[in-house]
Amino acid sequence: MPVNTKAIGKTYAPVVYAVGREKIREYARAVGETDPVHLDVEAARAAGYADVVAPPMFAVVYSAPSVGPPIFDPEIELNFAMMVHGGQEFVWGPLVVAGDEITTTASVKDISERDGRGYYVFETVSTNQRGEEVCRGTWTNIVRGV
Amino acid sequence: MAQLEQGQEIPQLRVTPDKYLTVRYAGASGDFNPIHIDEEFARAVGLPGRILHGLWTMAQVARAQTEAAGGPEHLKRLSVQFRGMGVPEQEVVVSATVRELTGDRALIDTVAEQAGNQIIRNAQAELQL
Repeated sequence: MPVNTKAIGKTYAPVVYAVGREKIREYARAVGETDPVHLDVEAARAAGYADVVAPPMFAVVYSAPSVGPPIFDPEIELNFAMMVHGGQEFVWGPLVVAGDEITTTASVKDISERDGRGYYVFETVSTNQRGEEVCRGTWTNIVRGV
Repeated sequence: MAQLEQGQEIPQLRVTPDKYLTVRYAGASGDFNPIHIDEEFARAVGLPGRILHGLWTMAQVARAQTEAAGGPEHLKRLSVQFRGMGVPEQEVVVSATVRELTGDRALIDTVAEQAGNQIIRNAQAELQL
């Protein structure tokens, strides 16, 4: 069955995420960060930040919720049970700190088929409350046996 | 801020995820896919057991770069391909080499291995120095 490509270019409703200090600390500990700017408010302030700094990969926390709607969009017909996360790219702008509010919009960048596999590429664009682009994510999901 | 040279290997990052790491990372990231936290479920779907979250491993690749560069503000881009699967209680080793230096930008080739298997390959990082 060929992949359904009609959703390429489709954009989904934005998802807003309020960045909390303890969530950053929880995430930083789970990934083994030791830089005190991620863990200690005083250290973060001494380094010139308003509050604790999210590690760059914290982008997963604020942007992943926006990828759910395209993955489960009936128009895309993505077979979730056969899906693996094949690749990921993040491009970062200004750092995110506790207290920021991040708005992420997901879209379908590409859908294609190669060697019996479906490639579903979603893009997320995340901006902070000042309208600065803090992260752009490219999420490549591979579905076996399309 | 670190000085980097073309062809230089940046310090390896070595970390052994403990038995309950995937549970903590699930809570921290919001990814509760049972293949990462439920041994029985993972085996039932044909896996050797619970596997690491690919994005946790990617975070280790990111950390190797930010630690080498001297802070999170230096990492401007990271792209990875996930291959194979990582497992808890086995050391993950992130290696990286400076491929190119242009002005204040460094392009880094990096991989993550576990017991000799690349679980992240063809990864590329861009640092602003």
